Amino acid sequence: MSFLVVDHVSKFFPSHAGGGDVCIFRDVTLKIDKGEFVTVIGHSGCGKSTLLNIIAGLETQSEGGVILNGREASGPGLDRMVVFQNFALMPWMTVFENIALAVRSAYPEWGRDQVTAHVHKYIALVGLQGAESKRPIALSGGMKQRVGLARAFSIEPKVLLLDEPFAQIDALTRGVIQEELVQMWNATRNTVFMVTHDVDEAILLSDRVMLMTNGPSSRVAEIVDITIPRPRSRDTVIEHPHYYKIRNHVIHFLVRHASHGEGGAQGEPSDVAPLVVRF
Amino acid sequence: MKTTGNGNPWLISGFILVIFLGGWHVLTLRPSFEAKGKTEEQLQMMEFNGDIVRTDDGGYGWNPDKMKGVPGPLAVLEKARVELGEAFVKKGTNDHGIAYLVMYTVSRFAGGFLAASVVAIMLGVILGLNRVLFRAFNPFIQILKPISPLAWMPLLLYTVKDPKWTAVLVVFMAAVWPTLATTAFGVSSLKKEYLHVAAILQLSWFKRLYRVILPGAAPTIVNGLRISFGSALVAVVPAEMLLGELGVGYLSWIEWNNLDIAGVIFAILVVGVVGVILDSGFNKLASLVTYQE
Repeated sequence: MSFLVVDHVSKFFPSHAGGGDVCIFRDVTLKIDKGEFVTVIGHSGCGKSTLLNIIAGLETQSEGGVILNGREASGPGLDRMVVFQNFALMPWMTVFENIALAVRSAYPEWGRDQVTAHVHKYIALVGLQGAESKRPIALSGGMKQRVGLARAFSIEPKVLLLDEPFAQIDALTRGVIQEELVQMWNATRNTVFMVTHDVDEAILLSDRVMLMTNGPSSRVAEIVDITIPRPRSRDTVIEHPHYYKIRNHVIHFLVRHASHGEGGAQGEPSDVAPLVVRF
Repeated sequence: MKTTGNGNPWLISGFILVIFLGGWHVLTLRPSFEAKGKTEEQLQMMEFNGDIVRTDDGGYGWNPDKMKGVPGPLAVLEKARVELGEAFVKKGTNDHGIAYLVMYTVSRFAGGFLAASVVAIMLGVILGLNRVLFRAFNPFIQILKPISPLAWMPLLLYTVKDPKWTAVLVVFMAAVWPTLATTAFGVSSLKKEYLHVAAILQLSWFKRLYRVILPGAAPTIVNGLRISFGSALVAVVPAEMLLGELGVGYLSWIEWNNLDIAGVIFAILVVGVVGVILDSGFNKLASLVTYQE
């Protein structure tokens, strides 16, 4: 059985206009293996962040379940840490305190020295030595998300959930941090579930990319295997013969579904298993 | 907007002060007593009434103990010198030195304000975290909030039967509403990501409150405390006057009863100074708990 299973999860919101619930996505089933890096791409409003929040336990699904390591995961927990789009660092805490809060929660039995050493290790991992006592206000967007990543990795969760982690970072810095994330992931081989808009980011980082149709009533239509061998880096990955095939396929999918406008998934049966695409 | 102006603001402040004191002095100046044109009989009658006194050179002058009109700055200064000289003297049950009066007022104020702050912040956090409770309590808060704290006084006096505690409770009533309303607002508008992080990290209820909710809402709570602080400071003076509780507010009233206008002005100035000192202390405290985003 897979490490993380999202089993026939659907989400409905009560409609503001009245007249029944609005379906955000229907019957999403994912099976993610231990150590796998899986990304979901879709247009805004397809519910991909909602899906991530459901896996994190921060929102509840209307139907279906999330099974982590053979057990149902309900409610938030230390085994599923989120890296937030807007960083979600506590502005009243320093970099050190932000990470230490997480470390102390994950390892309550640790002494002060052990916590300090662990926090410093992860601060060093993201290259933020010297910024330990700075508050988030004093950091650039890229540095803030490095802290967010350090915080997430520091508690060694079973699953890392990345919610458009680089969306608010300028393009040049984004590339650098993506590369850093590749290295961190290579070192830890965490199981990662990421949500993004960025096709290049998805190809660089992922083992598989799931393509969601537009909402409402969106679903996972295709799963693209990224066969480009690891280790990858930004400049070598684009040299790979499959890179642009994959990229074009994903972009065609996104454009096709965008052009359908609202209800882009209409007419497509929702009970069909997603198409697996491999180059 | 570009602000203009260079130079020393203290110089301007000093200039304003000099103008004010000078104007005050000139406007309250009394011409020296002129005996010319008055008969010996009239002068004797005025001396008998105590309006004038014999001076060393054999003439007459105004009796300095029987002042008329608003006293000038020099008279107030003299009064202040005397009062501050006896700051730690207790002459009788109702005649305590100014240092004692300040202490009474400050402790009365601090008691009411701190109690109100604790109650308001606790209730505010509960209401801020629970929308249903917030909406259930809101009508009562809206009705109680605009009531002048002094309006409670007769009822409080009747129920607690002790003017000491009534004064503290009046301060409490003045201070509780702004903090309550802003705390509830601050907690409810806390970024949900912070609570999400707290939930993922499985922080205990206590840690969630002290590491996330209170510090996160602190800037808003401090704003509420600041409004409460001002309104409590305004309430403490009339509460003392009406209840006859010893304090700087009461000092102003008792000097009025003594027809000692210099004393009244001195008391007003003491109220101002006490307010400034408390306020700067509050600002120091506030700067410790606020953060920039």
